Formats: sequence, C-alpha cells, structure tokens
Amino acid sequence: MDVTYVNQKFSLWTAKHHNVSLQIAQFASTLLWNFMHFLVTIWYLMWNLVHMLESFLVSHEFLKEYKSLDVSKLRYLAIVIESDEARRISNVIELLQWVAAIGVKHVCLYDMEGVLKESKEIILAKCNARPWKGAETAEALVEPKLILEFTSVSDGKQGVEKAANLLFAQYQGVDQDKPKFTEALLDEALRLIGLSAIHVIIFSREFLQHDTESLFHFYFRLFTGCSGPEPDLLLIYGPTRCHLGFPAWRIRYTEMV
Amino acid sequence: MQLVLLGGSISRASVMTESRDNENSLIRRVASFARKCLFGILSVGPIPNHIAFIMDGNRRYAKKNNLEEGAGHKLGFTALMSMLRYCYELNVKYVTIYAFSIDNFKRRPEEVQSLMELIREKIEGLIKEESIVNQYGVRVHFVGDLKLLDESVRLAAKRAMVATSKNSKAVLSICIAYTSTNEIMNAVKQSCEEKWEEHKKLGSCGTTNGLIDYAEKVGRKGNNFIGLSDIERHLYTRVTPPPDILVRTSGETRLSNFLLWQSASSLLYSPSVLWPEIGLRHLVWAILNFQRNHSYFEKKRKQV
Repeated sequence: MDVTYVNQKFSLWTAKHHNVSLQIAQFASTLLWNFMHFLVTIWYLMWNLVHMLESFLVSHEFLKEYKSLDVSKLRYLAIVIESDEARRISNVIELLQWVAAIGVKHVCLYDMEGVLKESKEIILAKCNARPWKGAETAEALVEPKLILEFTSVSDGKQGVEKAANLLFAQYQGVDQDKPKFTEALLDEALRLIGLSAIHVIIFSREFLQHDTESLFHFYFRLFTGCSGPEPDLLLIYGPTRCHLGFPAWRIRYTEMV
Repeated sequence: MQLVLLGGSISRASVMTESRDNENSLIRRVASFARKCLFGILSVGPIPNHIAFIMDGNRRYAKKNNLEEGAGHKLGFTALMSMLRYCYELNVKYVTIYAFSIDNFKRRPEEVQSLMELIREKIEGLIKEESIVNQYGVRVHFVGDLKLLDESVRLAAKRAMVATSKNSKAVLSICIAYTSTNEIMNAVKQSCEEKWEEHKKLGSCGTTNGLIDYAEKVGRKGNNFIGLSDIERHLYTRVTPPPDILVRTSGETRLSNFLLWQSASSLLYSPSVLWPEIGLRHLVWAILNFQRNHSYFEKKRKQV
C-alpha cells in the first residue's frame, strides 16, 4: 500500500473525528453554560423571595433594628431611576413620600432620558416640595419642605463640556497668565453651569476684566453657605447596579446601593 | 456550581503551599485544566472586553491576620497576579487596576514610602522576561498624574511602558497617582490649551474680529468650541474602551474617584471579601452577572 494513501486516509479520518469531537465539545459547553445560568436564575429567585419577606417584616415592624433610623448623617440623597420605570410617576411620588417620611431633606432625582424633568411640576406639587435653586443658604436647609433637584444625562458629561467651553471663552482673549487649572476652578465652573444661561453670560463678561485671584474670591463670595451637591448615598432603581451616567463630578465618594 | 467552587478552592490552595513542589505541580496542572474547561464553558456567552478592579482591603487583611504592615500589600500583589492570569486566560482584552490614588498621598509618609518602594519593585518585576506580562503579550500602560510620583517610580514606569510597547494581545492599565476628577480637569485643561493654540494661529493670520464675535457667542447654546470628543481625546484612559465590569472588594460601594466618567454603563460589583482573599469564584460570578444583563448594557452604551 502506498504510504501517501495511508497518510491521506489517516489525516481525513482524524479531521472528520476532530470535527465531530469539536461539535460534541461545543454542544456540551452550551448545555453546561445554560445550566449555569439556570442555577444563577434560581439563586436570584430565592434571593428576591428573602428580600420580599424582609420588606414585609420591616413594614409591619417586626424587625427591631429598623424601628429608628438615624438619618442625620445623610445630608444629600441621590436616586437614579431607569427611564422606563420613571414613566410611572405614581411610583416615583410614593418613593419620595417614603424618603421624606424618613427625614431626608435634599434629594436629587436622575434618569437618563430626562423623563423626570418633564414631569417636574407634577412631582413637586404632589410631594409638597420645592425645587433646588443653586445657591442655598444654611437657613433654607432647616425648612421642613423637601428640596428636589432634577438631572438627566445632559447634566453629566455635557455639563463638563459646557464648563470647558465657559473656561475657554473666559480666557479667550487674555494673553498673559492663563489660569492655573485646578479642580476647584472646574468645580466652580460646573456650579455656574447649573445656573441659568443669562447668569453665565453676565459672569463671563465680568470675569474678562478680573485676574485669576479675584475670580476665585468672587466665586467663593457667591457660593458661601451653599450645601455641597455631592450626594452621600445613591440609590439605583433598575435591573442592575449601574449608575447610568449620573454627573461624574459629583459621585466621588458616594455609596451606591 | 460545584465545579466552580472546586476549581476556585483548588487554585487558591495551590498558590499558598509552595514547599511541597511535586504534589503542588500535579494539583496545579489539574486545577489549570479544570479552569480551562470552566472558561471554555463561560466563553459560550459574551465575555467582557474590559474589567476594572479597585484593590481595596489590603491593610484590613493584614490587621485581621495580625501580619506586619507591608505584608497585606504583598499578598494583595499575589492576588492581583492570579486575577490577571484568570482574566487573560479568559481573553479579557483590557484590565485596569487602581493601584494608588492621589488621596492616598495623605497617609503617613512611611507608609507612602514603603508603598512606592513596593510598586517600583513590582514594576521592575513586570519588565522581566518570564513575567505574566510577556507570557500573555500584555502592553502595560500607566494612567494618572505621573508628575506627582518619585523620580525612581516614574522612570521605572516609563521603562515598563517602553519595554512592553510591542505587545499587542492585551492591555493592562495601572492607575497610579490617579483620581477621576483630576483626569477630567486635566482633559479640560488640555482641550482648552489646544483650542487656544489653534486660535492663536488663526488670529495671527488676521482674523481677530471674527474671533471676538465667536467668543461672545459661546455663552449661548449650540456654538461650542470644545466638544465631548475633544475632552475624551485628552483623558488619560483614552487607550481603553469603557469598562464592562467594575469590581471593588471589601464590600464598599463607593467608586472613590475611579473611572467616574467611563463607568456610566458598567456593572458595579462589590463582593464583601478583602482584596488578598479574592478568588476565581468572584470573577466567575461577576462574569455570569455581566452575561445575564449583557443586552441591557449594550442598549445603555448606545444611549450614553
């Protein structure tokens, strides 16, 4: 028999069986993968059941540790809601009423598409709250009313973009020392962006005449007494734990649940 | 599930007992084979492109086990090496780790000094031939404000970047002297400077009047000089795509100024285990969760 003929036959045989064994391996992997995900789903079902039981017990005051909650450390709460769920305004209002009942004063609501911004008036009316105005004094925080802030994805990255353009325009014609870029400078530029556009134009004209030092002083005078808009706690309502583009500058040290 | 636990516990056991070599090499080979089978099964579904780790809990681990101070960080490094090995075996192309924050400079000077020494030593180790970096063809990239580091660490980092620049199979980004706010501020600064330069050149060609008009219009919407793409082009992390999974150990749920801009549509995972104790099972759980919600994240990524 020809050696090459034998070799050919052998390599064809291994190739054919290689294909078959590969197919078997692929089939087995797919089966095992689906099985793993099935186990994970079962796990989450049980976990959700336990959570529902716990909520039931808490709301009917069976668990002692939930009876009195200390919210004095929580100055500012942020809530991220998935846009589809945000369309059910009644649920949002119910949540805000619970939060107000616990004693939280200052809440920021975020959803990606801005659905909550559109329903701003309804929510403010139903919750007996007032909107956040930008620069708050210490006295304002003592008021019993809930303060609400509405944000969406345009306040996040696009907010930084607007701040960048503001800084660019301010120092556009200034030939001598450009400002020393610090986080404080960008922080203040971002706060200005939070104010209305008219304020921005007025301030930018003012600043073209000032040098950098007095610029900082001006900003600080304007904003003394302003409660920091960095949330202490961020609650995420949606299918997964993902902060969905909440303004990045503000969530440096925020606990996310 | 049992295979996962078995694989996880076997691989951890084999790392810690180094004295009995023969037994260990057999266990290691079995574990490695089991792990490859597991990864083969996981690869049926989508595998994340980029995983980021915040390595928290080294000091707490040392305190818990009554070890001396630097020992927690050294064990943390061992844990890091094994996690990297798992990620690269799984074909995760980008891995980012948070090694040292700008806020960490506020710790005691002796601690900062010893950490810097450890980092420098480990960077030198990475450049060697037999290290994991060359084994898997990993390009190392240092992210952060390197000017804040000591001369020796900075030089070691530059050497590591040059030495691994030809590797192209995977990328390891090490965040040193990094905070997200610093990164964003730096990106804004460089975008502004770039645009000022451009305008200076245009101005010198005699179009000053038009420029002044333009500058006045910037306050209104729609006429932005600096766009999102300009800022993103100047971020330190421009070489990597946004992370798919962000893992922070020791149960803390904060991001602590890490990748705030880039993690808009990434899964946040906070196992309560401390960093030196992290194992294969945590990585597998994170990936399973990622696969469960993959279509949701794809949708969000398109929106952001």
